[in-house]
Amino acid sequence: MSEAKPKAKIRAPKVNFETKAFWDATAQGKLNVGKCDDCGQNYYYPRPLCPFCFSDKTRLLECTGKGVIYTYSVTMGKEPYTIAYVTLDEGPTILTNIVECDFAKLAIGQKVKLVFYDTGEGSAMPMFTVA
Amino acid sequence: MSIKGKAYIAGIYEHPTRLALGKTLPQLHAELAKGALADAGLSKDDIDAYYCAGDAPGMGGIDMIEYMGLNNVRQIDSTETGGSSYVLHVNHAAQAIAAGHCKVALITLAGRPAADAKEGMMFRMGGETPSASGFEQPFRPTIVNMYAMCAQRHMYEYGTTSEQLAWIKVAASHHAQHNEHALRREVVTVEDVVNSPIVASPLHRYDCCVITDGGGAVIVVAPEIMKKLKRPAVKILGAGEAPKHLMAGKVDLTYSGARWSGPKAFEEAGVTQKDIKYASIYDSFTITVLETLEDLGFCEKGKGGKFVSDGNLISGVGKLPFNTDGGGLCSNHPGNRGGMTKVLEAVRQIRGEAHPKVQVPNCDIALAHGTGGLLGARMGSATVILGNQDS
Repeated sequence: MSEAKPKAKIRAPKVNFETKAFWDATAQGKLNVGKCDDCGQNYYYPRPLCPFCFSDKTRLLECTGKGVIYTYSVTMGKEPYTIAYVTLDEGPTILTNIVECDFAKLAIGQKVKLVFYDTGEGSAMPMFTVA
Repeated sequence: MSIKGKAYIAGIYEHPTRLALGKTLPQLHAELAKGALADAGLSKDDIDAYYCAGDAPGMGGIDMIEYMGLNNVRQIDSTETGGSSYVLHVNHAAQAIAAGHCKVALITLAGRPAADAKEGMMFRMGGETPSASGFEQPFRPTIVNMYAMCAQRHMYEYGTTSEQLAWIKVAASHHAQHNEHALRREVVTVEDVVNSPIVASPLHRYDCCVITDGGGAVIVVAPEIMKKLKRPAVKILGAGEAPKHLMAGKVDLTYSGARWSGPKAFEEAGVTQKDIKYASIYDSFTITVLETLEDLGFCEKGKGGKFVSDGNLISGVGKLPFNTDGGGLCSNHPGNRGGMTKVLEAVRQIRGEAHPKVQVPNCDIALAHGTGGLLGARMGSATVILGNQDS
């Protein structure tokens, strides 16, 4: 149960005013989280008002792309795929896919690194593979 | 109960914009909430009740509650009556406050028809769901894998096993054999469950509920009406509700909103877990039951695996008979929504009208619990405690 590259077509995200800057950055190979300059906390997904303190002094913060698997599940079928929550070094835990590795050897706590897959629609999906 | 003098309006805010170009609908709701809080001199954390109508994007109030980062909400109402909704919400909020269910209720209304007309499909295609489905849907979440990830984490943190989860299905199947209407009446073993195919690791096919049509209904009446009726009285003793979400990235999938809805229901009913003779527990998946039982306090957090093992949920065998109709796991999960059938079987148990093979003797107090949405993302949890006439 391993995969060289994701076999299914990479799905493009729905983009709106709030999320356009985030998705534009993904096309440049950058993953961001939300950063509040009032309470100092990082959050995900990014949104204009901080979900911790409601401040509007928020911005995007570029991530290193390093993290660990919080949890995961391999969905069976003709082409199994792995959905996961990954905890970024910057703090937030985000929903993603684990790709290009042996799914049978995955484990919670495992270190992973960011890989992007172009959607062909001006964005790229942030996924992770074993570090 | 009269609401006269029991509640007051403390803050108001009217959005200054008349053309919200570049702002999404959920963003407008959040800005309105912030404005009203500022007017009242309250903070976001003070809000313990949220009211919205059909203009709020997402599932009832749950998606907006997550979007705004409201973490103390214990009362939700998304009653939809068109333009009059918000007048009605003031009344509902006053009733809830008078009854002691909450202290600070937030009501929001937002719209952007003018901006929609100018910006056309760009907004429509992107912003209807404030939980930003863009951040989730491309990764192919399914109902099963979003629950499977909870099971995986629970196993990691507490050593829970597939065999322990299987006991939940086994118990449901023991009950379903007596329900002539159950979709699956065959009794299964732990081995049957763990040997059934994996759908999304670590969940097997038999860890999942059935998919069925149909439904149910409940009629609630006033005490003076009940007195005139011949059916056994089933008293509503207490209730609790709570959303739970992803906490802006502080994700913990080892518990559900039952952690908050349960204690409130127990407190209001004036009973403890030991008083519950029967429990209907939402069983979309085995892991849903396990986490819920822990969160409701039937066992310590992390000890759910041990608690459900060895037939402890089987009527006449174990200490906590559950889902004696066969539950969603074996009997019925109509329209992919299992809350109604949870209430129905609890009522049957209190009336003494469950199947004789699964009827709990002297069932004077029962609990029913529902889980809406996704255990692996955002949910609305609800608990109700029912009793007989003498309870």
